Amino acid sequence: MSEFLKKNGTRSVLATIISILVGLIAGSILILIVGLSSSEIGLSGAWEGIRLILAGTFSTGRSASGALSFGFNPQIIGNMLFRAVPLILCGLSVALAYKTGLFNIGASGQYLAGTCATLYVALSIPAGILPQFVVWILAFLAGVLAGALWGAIPGLLKAYLNINEVLACIMTNWIAANLVTWMFDISNLKNMVEGTKTGYIYKTTYGLVNLDGAWTYKDGLGVATPKLGLNKIFPGSQANAGILIAIVIAVAVYIILTKTTFGYELKACGANRHAARYAGIKDKRSIVLSMAIAGALAGSAAALYYLSGNTELYWSVYQKLPAEGFNGIAVAMLASCNPIACIFTGLFMSAIDLHGLQLANLTAYNEYITDVIIAVIVYLSAFSLLIKTWLSGRKKTAAPKPAKENKANPGKGVAE
Amino acid sequence: MSFLISKTLIYAVPLMIVALAGVFAERSGVINLALEGIMIFGAFIGALTINLMQKANTFQIIDVAKDMGANWGKLQAFLLLVMLITAVAGAVFSLLLAFAAINLKADQTIGGTALNMLSPALVCFFIRLIAQQSELRMFKGDAASWFMVKKTMLGFEKSQDIGFLGETFLNKVYLTTYICIILFVLLSIFLYKTRFGLRLRACGENPQAAASLGINVFKMRYSGVIISGALAGMGGFVYTLTTANCVANGDVAGFGFLALAVMIFGNWKPLSIAGAALLFGFFKCIAASYSTLDINGDGIALLLNLSKHPTWGKILNPHLYRLIPYVISLLVLAFTSKKSRAPKAEGIPYDKGMR
Repeated sequence: MSEFLKKNGTRSVLATIISILVGLIAGSILILIVGLSSSEIGLSGAWEGIRLILAGTFSTGRSASGALSFGFNPQIIGNMLFRAVPLILCGLSVALAYKTGLFNIGASGQYLAGTCATLYVALSIPAGILPQFVVWILAFLAGVLAGALWGAIPGLLKAYLNINEVLACIMTNWIAANLVTWMFDISNLKNMVEGTKTGYIYKTTYGLVNLDGAWTYKDGLGVATPKLGLNKIFPGSQANAGILIAIVIAVAVYIILTKTTFGYELKACGANRHAARYAGIKDKRSIVLSMAIAGALAGSAAALYYLSGNTELYWSVYQKLPAEGFNGIAVAMLASCNPIACIFTGLFMSAIDLHGLQLANLTAYNEYITDVIIAVIVYLSAFSLLIKTWLSGRKKTAAPKPAKENKANPGKGVAE
Repeated sequence: MSFLISKTLIYAVPLMIVALAGVFAERSGVINLALEGIMIFGAFIGALTINLMQKANTFQIIDVAKDMGANWGKLQAFLLLVMLITAVAGAVFSLLLAFAAINLKADQTIGGTALNMLSPALVCFFIRLIAQQSELRMFKGDAASWFMVKKTMLGFEKSQDIGFLGETFLNKVYLTTYICIILFVLLSIFLYKTRFGLRLRACGENPQAAASLGINVFKMRYSGVIISGALAGMGGFVYTLTTANCVANGDVAGFGFLALAVMIFGNWKPLSIAGAALLFGFFKCIAASYSTLDINGDGIALLLNLSKHPTWGKILNPHLYRLIPYVISLLVLAFTSKKSRAPKAEGIPYDKGMR
């Protein structure tokens, strides 16, 4: 048992569980305080809120008597699988960068770059010219490529000019937000067909067709990620093959990082850039490639999210950076930057997100409580190393000296 | 022109004061990435305070405001009080960063990011509960003009010409602008000309050496972060009051990050920061008010016409002006990275044993 506790992996999992528990408890306490201080909500309302935060995935709404009912809810579980896709991939993006000694706070910007390229390609190719799956693949690759290019910018700045990647990422985030807004503002992709909604881009299910000499968009002629029967298992949900693609990518990242020379070079460069160069590794190339791959992962997150065909983009993105990028940090930190663990923490994050929505639907609370929980979890992960040390410190006899993590300290020193 | 200058000043001032907030933290050796989050928190507390005081009619504020012309001094005093409250709120919020970074030796970048996530989440959560909508207004009705200083209040006639400088700096301005400028100057002197300032900076350069001379690094770093939080919280409130229509909505449109850029652009030095803030404020001003901006005073909004131009309009539109500050700071970083002088020990948790 003590051997088991001594293992680094075990301690990581325990630290994660502690972080999650503290986050959930903090959220519950907040709900309780608000409930008790409000005469409308009261203790019973607070108790309902806490139950939804903890088990909203299995909420089936309210029964006839008004009490909360719980059970298997295929719609929520399906939506959880769908929403987990961008979270897992953004988490992988942050995790891969972190493993190679870089803090990728720019996943949001890379995600936006991917969004822009994917939608441009998917909506600009006239329907019927190419087979649908070819259009899908082209659009996906465009998103990946755009993300990679956007990620490569901070990588290049870091490698060749020694500019801290955190700062460069923050700048490129906001540049992307404004640039993408601009690109959509001057585009023809703004949804004009559904007159009730303004400010949205067409879903990818819309296809470009030439009607009587004028180009217009028609629903149902575009592309969408195949459902692969997941809509049968989870009726009424948005689940599609994206989750399978995300899992495949996560496994691929794991294999690249742990089983290939290339991955080893990337990690070595992150651990100590100068030592790596001494050993004959091209450190500059490694840094640029790390950031580019991280960007590609964030770009693929956007591509899969918007190619689903059931999500539309509010194109004035300059007002707020997409949350996926920052939640990706939470996913990666919770997973201790292990690519396989990112799948599970991504699913967890997605579930927590849906719990918040259920909370907003069914009670007087609102969904921002989940953001509070996620933020608390990230805050705790900032000193997860401390938690890990503390965990092993309790077993003083078994492990007198906790194995020092030989990890680089990414993000250390803004503009070194 | 007068409009352009006073508007630029209004945008530049929150940037300036928040950038100085960054300087205080980083000079003491702690990276304060949470500036954005602290600003959001300060803005919320400011809006909430005014909102609640108005509801409860504290200090008979509503009756006082009825005769704004005569009582403007009292209203400005009220504004000062709110500024102070937001500063305290910001300082308290920044304790979370200080605790993680100094006591727990946590990764400061992740800690700051966490606070940037926590603050909007908390603020949005409470705004929804309090206001039942996505934003919290400071004032009911037309009270938004409570804090604006107009020339009529200073004893001038409405039609009186008070000259170019008077129109620019005395009419339709906010007291906060001048308070922030004065604070900026005083704190810069404080940082460079006092013993405390020198010690603070020493902790950001070589904490071990500072400690060997009997300076308490923990205390210094706490002071740095707390001053930083106070300034950023106040800056958030000033931003909301002067540029965001007095509305707190859990967002300051990346101003905190822009301030971080200003700080680096200014090479962690107050004078350069003031210049950088004016430059960035200028672009912010153009992006925000390009449609009404009449630069040469001939009654034509030049930039609006440009943005409607069939070919140039696609390029010369507000998106470009919003983009420029970030591109410039990235370029400046690229070209000055060799000369850039960040505090040496920033981001590194203080460890007594590492001499």
